[in-house]
Amino acid sequence: MALVERMRGALRLSAVNAAALAMGIAPGMALADARALLPDLYVADADPAGDAHGLAQLAQRCLEWSPLVTPLPPDVITLDITGTDHLFGGEAALSAQVEDAFAALGLTLRHALATTPEAAQALARHATTPAPDERAAIARLPVTALGLDSEATLALQRAGLTDIGALLTRPMASIAARFGADAVTALRRLSGEAQAPIAALAPVAPLRFTRRFAEPIGLQSTIAASFAALLHQAAAVLMARDLGGRAFVLTLYRSDGARHRLMIETGQPTRDPALVLRLFDERIAALADPLDPGFGYDQIRLSVPHTEPLRAVQPDLDGAGQASDALAELIDRLSTRLGPDALRRLVPYDSHLPEQAQRAIPAQGNTPAPWPAPPAAEPPLRPLFLFDPPQPVEVIAEVPDGPPQRFRWRRQLHEVRLFEGPERIAAPWWLHGDAPGLTRDYYRIEDKAGRRYWIFRHGLYEEKPDPRWYIHGQFA
Amino acid sequence: MRIAPSPTPDSPAPWASGVAPLDAALHGGMARGCVHEVYAADAADVAAATGFALGVATGFCAPAGGLLWLRTRRAVRGAGVLQAPGWAEMGGMPGPALVGVVGDDLALLRAAVDGLRCAALSAVVVESWGAMKALDLTASRRLVLAAERSGVPLLLLRSDASPVPSAARTRWQVAAATSAGLEARAPGAPTFDVTLLRQRSGPCGQSWRVEWDRDQRMFREAPLSGAVVSVPADRPAAQPPVPLFPQRHAA
Repeated sequence: MALVERMRGALRLSAVNAAALAMGIAPGMALADARALLPDLYVADADPAGDAHGLAQLAQRCLEWSPLVTPLPPDVITLDITGTDHLFGGEAALSAQVEDAFAALGLTLRHALATTPEAAQALARHATTPAPDERAAIARLPVTALGLDSEATLALQRAGLTDIGALLTRPMASIAARFGADAVTALRRLSGEAQAPIAALAPVAPLRFTRRFAEPIGLQSTIAASFAALLHQAAAVLMARDLGGRAFVLTLYRSDGARHRLMIETGQPTRDPALVLRLFDERIAALADPLDPGFGYDQIRLSVPHTEPLRAVQPDLDGAGQASDALAELIDRLSTRLGPDALRRLVPYDSHLPEQAQRAIPAQGNTPAPWPAPPAAEPPLRPLFLFDPPQPVEVIAEVPDGPPQRFRWRRQLHEVRLFEGPERIAAPWWLHGDAPGLTRDYYRIEDKAGRRYWIFRHGLYEEKPDPRWYIHGQFA
Repeated sequence: MRIAPSPTPDSPAPWASGVAPLDAALHGGMARGCVHEVYAADAADVAAATGFALGVATGFCAPAGGLLWLRTRRAVRGAGVLQAPGWAEMGGMPGPALVGVVGDDLALLRAAVDGLRCAALSAVVVESWGAMKALDLTASRRLVLAAERSGVPLLLLRSDASPVPSAARTRWQVAAATSAGLEARAPGAPTFDVTLLRQRSGPCGQSWRVEWDRDQRMFREAPLSGAVVSVPADRPAAQPPVPLFPQRHAA
């Protein structure tokens, strides 16, 4: 596999994988040449912006190990682990941990530890034979590790200077005169004599808003007012960052040390204080024990643990966006009050078993799925209600596979007037090899009063001597 | 005290059910922005009452509106689990709908009021089982006010319950009726005996036998007993079926 990019007017490979490299495909090759060498080469477009984004995401993850993380596109992340390695059990243990974390993401990495970021980068890129110390390791690096342009590197090699150690023994002035000031700068940075500026990731302040009271407050209206003020503060910060909260946590610190923690979640990112306040009202109303302020709260805190991008939008002319917002608000409100599983959407599930043909997924955070339209001019073939589990009925029917003539259900006798069937539904034999279960023969039945039922015989007479009958559903 | 509802000039158009005498009795059809009560004539008629309510709700939702369907756990035990395949087979749109199952009647009514306040919905269906103590005149009036303000109709489906005074616009009683069978004695389209028990400022007490036409998403008058069976357009015409059993007439 290879990634291609348009370079100097031709499609060239910008990166190749290990398998392609083994076949003699190398980065920088024209796509036509590579195809000539390997006709079935899988090619995809390079996405430098996506790579940079992915690197930034990985760098965010690395904040776990060090507060000073610098992503260097295209493929380097440097971590300043000064003073943090002992927290993870030393340098070796930290390296192993980082390697494990990246392996879990499906990434391979080469790492090196050194006193300066440049030295670590050079060591990671150009692995050398083991050396007793860092200085010796750097001295064994090839001159390409300086990262100079190809002309300067070629000049260094022509001059017989193949490794950094050879360069370090020469006077800097003559190197500057022959190979340019860049070579000297790179060399000084590599040997730790000069420092390059660091553009580390700026840590993002957590979204946590606290209000402390001079003395404990027990009055509900005062607490509500300060909470509303916190929500407005949070909304301003979220708006500045183009974010909306998906979860909000309110912590109430009572003066005797007790804490109450309330959390709400929303289906769509939001920063509307009125909406969040209403959801908290629902949450508080749904509590099993009401909130007891005791001698009052001395601190309240609002935090937003889960955020998603939310840009300011202009309302549509036809108001379609407003309608979907109103619906999302209703879903959030009912899900907060009744529990996240109470309100559901029905989505199709591909199963021939009637009781598994639909899935009820929580409405919050899920989008509707379309149901196929039924064929025209047919009566409904699936019932509106299914009993879970099916209810046993006493049936008088012809043996072996005649339709029911009459049946008794809920202590009422029903005479069958019209019927259609059987619709034979086999048990899923591919799931349970030896004991797949019994075949069901379904009948659509209308009794003399016009009530329509879905009745099945559980098992064929070949499968079972005396199969039972069940009522599985009711048609409208 | 005013008894008659105060019709607002910009109230949304009613949904014509397709049965002319029924629509005439209702001054044009099922009104939106109000409460309609649907009682199952017997506990065994719950599926028929649900089918009628679903038909009306489908009419309210056409062409593509959202529906909120609220049920109590008791209704789930009594009637069964609501099935989207069967719902779609009735011509409804279960995809954009929301189905909520709540513990008790009070939570059911509170959720219904919240749903009625959301004008993004096209209809709210509330399904209860047994007598509802929580549904007194005040609660009923609250539902009506919420429905009037947003224009969202509420269908209050009651099974195993006897009618109580309420502020609803109409009250219906629905029983299952024998369908016009298809060839080979197969049950036909859903058919109901509906009785308009009560209507604010309108005639009441009439009964109709209606059949749900899934393809048109409308009701039609059921053929009288012994009448010929309608021949589907896309199937070869079979022998004209003979009436198999004498059927009872609409009350």
